[in-house]
Amino acid sequence: MHSLSIAEIIDKLRKKEFSSQEITQFFLKRIQQNDQKYNSFISLCEEQALTQARAADANLAAQTAPSALCGVPIAHKDIFCTEGLRTTCGSRMLQNFNPPYNATVVENFLSAGAVTLGKTNMDEFAMGSSNETSYFGAVKNPWDLRCVPGGSSGGSAAAVAARLVPGATATDTGGSIRQPAALCGITGIKPTYGRVSRWGMIAFASSLDQAGVMARDARDAALLLSTMASHDHRDSTSMDRPREDYSRQLDKPISELRIGIPKEYFDQGLNAGTEKAVQEAISSLTKLGAKTHAISLPHTHLAVPAYYVIAPAECSTNLSRFDGVRYGHRCENPKDLLDLYKRSRGEGFGAEVKRRILVGTYALSSGYYDAYYRKAQQVRRLIKQDFVDAFKEVDMIVGPTCPSPAFEFGAKGDDPVAMYLEDIYTIAANLAGLPAMSIPCGLVDNKPVGLQLIGNYFAEGSLLNAAHQFQCHTDFHTQTPKDLT
Amino acid sequence: MEPSEIEKLADLARLEITADTVNETAKSINEVLALVDQLKSADTDNVQPMSHPLDVTQVLRPDQVTESCQREKLLESAPATERGLFLVPKVIE
Repeated sequence: MHSLSIAEIIDKLRKKEFSSQEITQFFLKRIQQNDQKYNSFISLCEEQALTQARAADANLAAQTAPSALCGVPIAHKDIFCTEGLRTTCGSRMLQNFNPPYNATVVENFLSAGAVTLGKTNMDEFAMGSSNETSYFGAVKNPWDLRCVPGGSSGGSAAAVAARLVPGATATDTGGSIRQPAALCGITGIKPTYGRVSRWGMIAFASSLDQAGVMARDARDAALLLSTMASHDHRDSTSMDRPREDYSRQLDKPISELRIGIPKEYFDQGLNAGTEKAVQEAISSLTKLGAKTHAISLPHTHLAVPAYYVIAPAECSTNLSRFDGVRYGHRCENPKDLLDLYKRSRGEGFGAEVKRRILVGTYALSSGYYDAYYRKAQQVRRLIKQDFVDAFKEVDMIVGPTCPSPAFEFGAKGDDPVAMYLEDIYTIAANLAGLPAMSIPCGLVDNKPVGLQLIGNYFAEGSLLNAAHQFQCHTDFHTQTPKDLT
Repeated sequence: MEPSEIEKLADLARLEITADTVNETAKSINEVLALVDQLKSADTDNVQPMSHPLDVTQVLRPDQVTESCQREKLLESAPATERGLFLVPKVIE
């Protein structure tokens, strides 16, 4: 049963081959039996899940046209607030936080009748590319337990890869959906900035944060995203656009597709095996009729530096809400208010979060603002303009998701800059606000490689279409880790 | 950046940095700032700073009260409360 896709689960629920309660129980048991190996979940919510599944079964029996995801079990990244269910954001700061409300994303899935199995592990406050910054311990890559799953949505990626859950939500501020999807051999999509509501999603860098989904393949990702993406008046950056059915254009041929291959994404830093797998994937797309164009995104090398001003600046502002007063960790016996703030935050945050708060505070401080924050925002526009120019010639940009396959734990532990360069190909899409996805396209040393597709604004449907067509003619997305039980 | 500057910065950020980690923190922040310094190479004359990916302006709404008072529910998340209020150390002598 664990090998079923979401599309297959939907079909079998309607044919009454099993009930939502049965499949919910199956996955809960599967997580309980296997997750000590991967550490992909922070919390399970057995009782709530079974209550939701009972309600879904009643709806499936009573309604002539229940929502597509009615009765389908999923998991949420532990960054989305879930009412009455612990939401930690991977931090000691929120170790015992029970939100008083649901995120809009969570509401959207609940009203569609989907079942929440639990909350997945992540880098602390989504800051990291290896899951090693989680207060609850790192997630292990199901393909090789000595290796990282990527981050920050490493729990969602590993859980889908190990078939502990058919699909999961995730978030992407600089590559946090696409990089772990690539490293764990699954499909992940980050939509256009503003397509999915950020309300109730614990903020890291508000002008970059965007929620998306992780699944086994593009068909399932389309089903999840169609439910997740909506306009939300409670998020002032949410785009006022009607809902879309992303499944509708999956079967369109891609014979007219013009794909741009940016030369900057195939530079010296790229692993040879990764490059070979990506080039072969591009050949597969051309066999389906796509035409390739050599393009240039000349400011690519400035994406990581611009990001490491803008993201820490916004993080230092957003995380100032954790004051030890209203919610979150509070130190013992504070001697005065300043001591309360400093020690609560010093104890509650891990090293990487503190580093980013300090860098952000520095970049925003008097006398440095123009040299850092304003300069980074100017470079951000140059990076966006590269894409605007490219999309005059091509419909989609294709390249590697990350420079190499999954690395071993501790390999980049002492060197923040080496870790930051893991996101060298993914960060630009966040700075520009463009939709992008990663799909599996091969194995190097038995570890997955991801192919990245970057689309024009609101072209999620075209990305999923191209990914689905690729997956109809290849089998990388059906491959699973060897010792999966 | 010197370790003494880190302490000042940590103070501004209301963040305790323990004495045994100050040097290490200063070193790693200097590495990040060296990375960020690459921005200096970009010609940004006459380039407008970009704060929103789609250059959309803030949405306005009518100035009406739409939230209900949820005092009890919100206080449940607080680490220390008294008589329906958040409790903090004495601020005014």
